[in-house]
This record gives sequence, C-alpha cells and structure tokens, in this order.
Amino acid sequence: MSQEARYQKLKEIVSIYLPEDVSVNDITLKSYFLDELNINSANLVDIVLDVEDEFDILLENDDMDGMKTVEDALKIIDAKLTRS
Amino acid sequence: MNYKDIITQLPYDQPFLFVDELLEVTDDGAKGCYTFSPEASFYQGHFKGHPVTPGVLLTECCAQIGLVCLGLHLLQQEKSLRDAHPKIALSSTDMEFLLPVFPPEKVIVSSKKVYYRFHKLKCTVQMHNEQQQLVCKGTIAGMLKADDHG
Repeated sequence: MSQEARYQKLKEIVSIYLPEDVSVNDITLKSYFLDELNINSANLVDIVLDVEDEFDILLENDDMDGMKTVEDALKIIDAKLTRS
Repeated sequence: MNYKDIITQLPYDQPFLFVDELLEVTDDGAKGCYTFSPEASFYQGHFKGHPVTPGVLLTECCAQIGLVCLGLHLLQQEKSLRDAHPKIALSSTDMEFLLPVFPPEKVIVSSKKVYYRFHKLKCTVQMHNEQQQLVCKGTIAGMLKADDHG
C-alpha cells in the first residue's frame, strides 16, 4: 500500500469520529487530533483500534502518547508496517 | 483485594452511590446489585404521584457497577497503580430500556468487557430485575486513569 493510500485509509477512519462541525476536508497532515479536529481522547482510542484492524498492526502506550497529529499517526503506521 | 475494597474505592457517595453489593468481578466483567429506595428524593418528581426510576439513573447504576467497579479491578491489576486514586470519566452510552423499575425494586447488573486499552474501558451491560427479566441493556464506555498525585 502506497503512502498516499495509507493516508486516505487513515482519513476514512478519522472521518467517522469527527464532530459535526469539522469536515473531512479539514483533515491535513499537520492537523492535531484533539485541538484542531476536536476529537476527544475516548474517540482517539477508537481511531487507534480501527487503525490496528485496518493495517493489522499493534500499537503500544508510547505510540498512543506520540500520536498528536495525523502525520504522527502515519509515521507510526509506516514504522510498524516496515518492522513486520 | 476483595469486592468490598472496590466499593470503598468508588468515588461516589450518598445520594449518588448506586452499588449495594458486588457478586462477581473478574478481568472480563462485573456483576452486582442495587435496591432503589422509595425514599430517594427524585421519586417525588419522576413522575408526579407515580414513582418510576429515571432511565438516566438505570444507566448510572449500570455504569457504576458494570464499568467503574470493573475498571477499578482492572486498575488494581496494574501493580504500580495500587494506591493511586483513580480519575474516571464517562465517555459514551448507548442504552435501550425494556421495563420500568419501581421502588423498592432490586436490580442486578452484569457487564462484559469489550476492550480495555489506552485507559479506555468499553463494556456491554445488562440489568435484570428480581424476576430475571431484562430491564435495560446497552454499551457504556469511559476513561480511567490512576492519579499518581492523588
């Protein structure tokens, strides 16, 4: 799966948890999940669990702590996929 | 840690404690009961002259027994958090109500863990009355964290 395809998949997952006043078009690589996309920490856990299922990877607490932006998430996904 | 310790650790007190007794707590779920007292003040207004337990309080009872008691048990499993004061927050509920609960009815709540990851606990819950009839059911999730500074 290409970098772009992973980004699109991630966007699809994130869009499920966006509040009503944030659109999928607001998602950029630099978007902060909590402060900019207004996703709450409980929904961020669901995003992580969906990411795990979609990419067949397992994230650790440290990964979760480092996942502030969409780009952070993509980097973590990339790192996990190259390792496996 | 026995079940009494879990109840003592609950961050609730009268008039908002909806756990009388825990019957079983494992890593996968919790079971406990509560009897709604006819003396509770909310029955004066819900409804006028016709006391019925509000659905939000059935949800609260399910959350306290099914989610929070289980969450405290799971926190206790993490050894380093043994003496920490837990911080909890409800994050979502999705409930269906099938039968009314009239005071002084006793209800039995049982929960099943869906997942507990990254401080989020999600459970399915069921509440039965003493006739073993299903009163309400649903899914409840919350965040829980040990407060190291507490």
